Amino acid sequence: MAHAGDLDDVKKRGELRWGGDLQGGEPYVFEDEQQPGKIQGFEVEIADALAHELGVRAKFMQNDWSNLVPALERGDFDVILNGLEETPERRARIRLSAPYYTYGETLTVRADSKIETLADLKGKRVGTLNQTVANDILKASPLEVVLYEGQQEPYMDLAKGRTDAVLLDHVIADRYGCVLKELRCLPNDVARGHYVLGIGKDAPALQDAINQALGALQRSGKLEGILTRWKLWDARQKPTEPTPVPSATAPGGAGASSAEASRTVAPLGAATPSSQPSAAPARHFGAGHALLFLKGALVTLLISFCSFALASPLGIALATLRLYTGRPGRWLAAAYVEVFRGTPLLLQLYVLYFGLADVIRLDPVTAAVLGLALNYGAYEAEVYRGALSSVPHGQTEAARALGLSRWQALRHVVFPQALRTALPAVTNDFVALLKDSSLISVITVVELTKRMTILAVELRDWITPGLMCAALYFVMSFPLARWARRIERSLEPTPAAEAGNAAGAA
Amino acid sequence: MNGEKVIRLLSVGKRFGSRQVLRGIEAEVKAGAIVSLVGASGSGKTTLLRCLNGLETIDAGQIEIAGHAVGPNPSDTALTLLRADVGMVFQDYQLFPHLSVLDNLCLAPQVVRKLARPEAEKRARHLLEQVGLGDRHGSRPSELSGGQKQRVALARALAQDVKVLLLDEPTSALDARTRDEIVGILRNLVQRGERPLTLLLVTHDLHLAEKLSDEVWTLVEGRLANVVT
Repeated sequence: MAHAGDLDDVKKRGELRWGGDLQGGEPYVFEDEQQPGKIQGFEVEIADALAHELGVRAKFMQNDWSNLVPALERGDFDVILNGLEETPERRARIRLSAPYYTYGETLTVRADSKIETLADLKGKRVGTLNQTVANDILKASPLEVVLYEGQQEPYMDLAKGRTDAVLLDHVIADRYGCVLKELRCLPNDVARGHYVLGIGKDAPALQDAINQALGALQRSGKLEGILTRWKLWDARQKPTEPTPVPSATAPGGAGASSAEASRTVAPLGAATPSSQPSAAPARHFGAGHALLFLKGALVTLLISFCSFALASPLGIALATLRLYTGRPGRWLAAAYVEVFRGTPLLLQLYVLYFGLADVIRLDPVTAAVLGLALNYGAYEAEVYRGALSSVPHGQTEAARALGLSRWQALRHVVFPQALRTALPAVTNDFVALLKDSSLISVITVVELTKRMTILAVELRDWITPGLMCAALYFVMSFPLARWARRIERSLEPTPAAEAGNAAGAA
Repeated sequence: MNGEKVIRLLSVGKRFGSRQVLRGIEAEVKAGAIVSLVGASGSGKTTLLRCLNGLETIDAGQIEIAGHAVGPNPSDTALTLLRADVGMVFQDYQLFPHLSVLDNLCLAPQVVRKLARPEAEKRARHLLEQVGLGDRHGSRPSELSGGQKQRVALARALAQDVKVLLLDEPTSALDARTRDEIVGILRNLVQRGERPLTLLLVTHDLHLAEKLSDEVWTLVEGRLANVVT
């Protein structure tokens, strides 16, 4: 494993490797639409300027945002430069630079909403991104947090009425939320904080060098130039002394409104991270966590059961359509199977939840159940098609010869035999669905795997939550496989099972 | 009553693609008769049998059987009604493997005739006694010998209270002793029934045909070449 380079390594390499996530989008770091592969953003320019100060080149390293800190610790890059908020937890874990930007937590609500402060959100659903200060603030409040993966989705859902508010950095709110006519951004910042660079624990020299470079960029006005070019320079940036700020949040008395920043600092509530102990206490996996895991497992199990209970009849219907009806029915069933089997489940979930939101407004759980059911219906159709085809044609003829109609022959003779043939494959598919259901976290459902990743980041430990998560999946799937085997066996002809029926027999 | 014609074939023709399988067949069968259909492989015996039950539709002529008239384009309803009176026993039995012997017999009466279970079961048990399998009603088909399967298939076809029973090679898969048992059962069924049961069987076994039947029909290349009474 490579070590996060200290200053010497960076200089020797001639490269400052900086980690970020392109999915974070405009204005941080994102791909140029006109030139795929070329990246831009205010952080790209800051990285280039910092590297220039250090006398090296900047090299961007793509990394999933929520795992930037572990990746830095693994040595995948030298610094994190991607809207990383200064928090006591992060300060206790890695080195943080001086701030390069001051953000305000902006509360966005629907235009017609009466909500004016965080306190009005008691018991309501509020969207945000995971691993953010906004999430920490919300978690400490008596409301339901809805976690998203991308920046646009929280505002889309808010506009559609799926949530009551969104709390995120003003940088995001200004670009993705306040611009929507259905939405309104509240004038007061809920809290303020700083974006900082994350630097490896073992790289004190690099931390010093970065801080000096930042100071130089501030004094020369280069930083202001970059921020102005990206329309990020506002009143919040005025007290820009590049002194390391020990506290995580807002300089309380930050100047009031100016032309650029119409929002002012709201009085900080007890919910802000600044009220937390400055050094994060070591947290361990406890009973409360176990309970959360069980809850996640229950969500996984319920959603899997519900969706499979829909997918099975759908599959049988599709297989029947494909085998026993005329050309239009056959074509329709075949097209359905190919489309749903040929495209990723993840994409189908996105389309169903976000894409079709204007047509049908589904809540996350309904969308998850429906998405999984529609997708697995296609697979079940193929399983049942195979099973139905495996029943000899003579069986249908025998039933027909006895006077049964086509449908009666299917219902009483072909289906019962096909179901038994299909059972092993169907069970297999259910176990697969149980695990595929982890994908529904993209539409804000917190199921078992999502619970695991949230907790893992919180506890800074992937092993205990990972094992716990694996154990729960196993506990759910293993008995199912056993149970299916039992049913399968009970359907096989066994003289012993029939002995009880033969009451009159010797 | 015995003089009544239960089957009448009028210029029956059938083709599979370009191959003419049955050509202008004309014949009559009296109620209560046993008729054997013999002929070389491919002569059309089995096809004729299947046409009589509506498993194949004819292209020309008309079939009158057990009071039903069937032409080249029969409706599904007409066939369902016909099949309630015309039973069929397949060469490979085609018992339903997922059902017990008793349920194999009860299925059609319950589903097609809408008989209540106790009634269907009573009749099924009676039939099983008649074919000597009164003690096997709880067995699955896979637990039965070839002769036992044939007897269940017979009983299943009769459970609908049919007037005509069609049998495709009823003894071909059986040893000599079992074959004689089946012949005995068939005779009994025809003679002991409350009303006349007519049997039409396809066979390769000329000995069986002569021993059992009132008439032997010989088919040659789709034509009824010879009728021996």
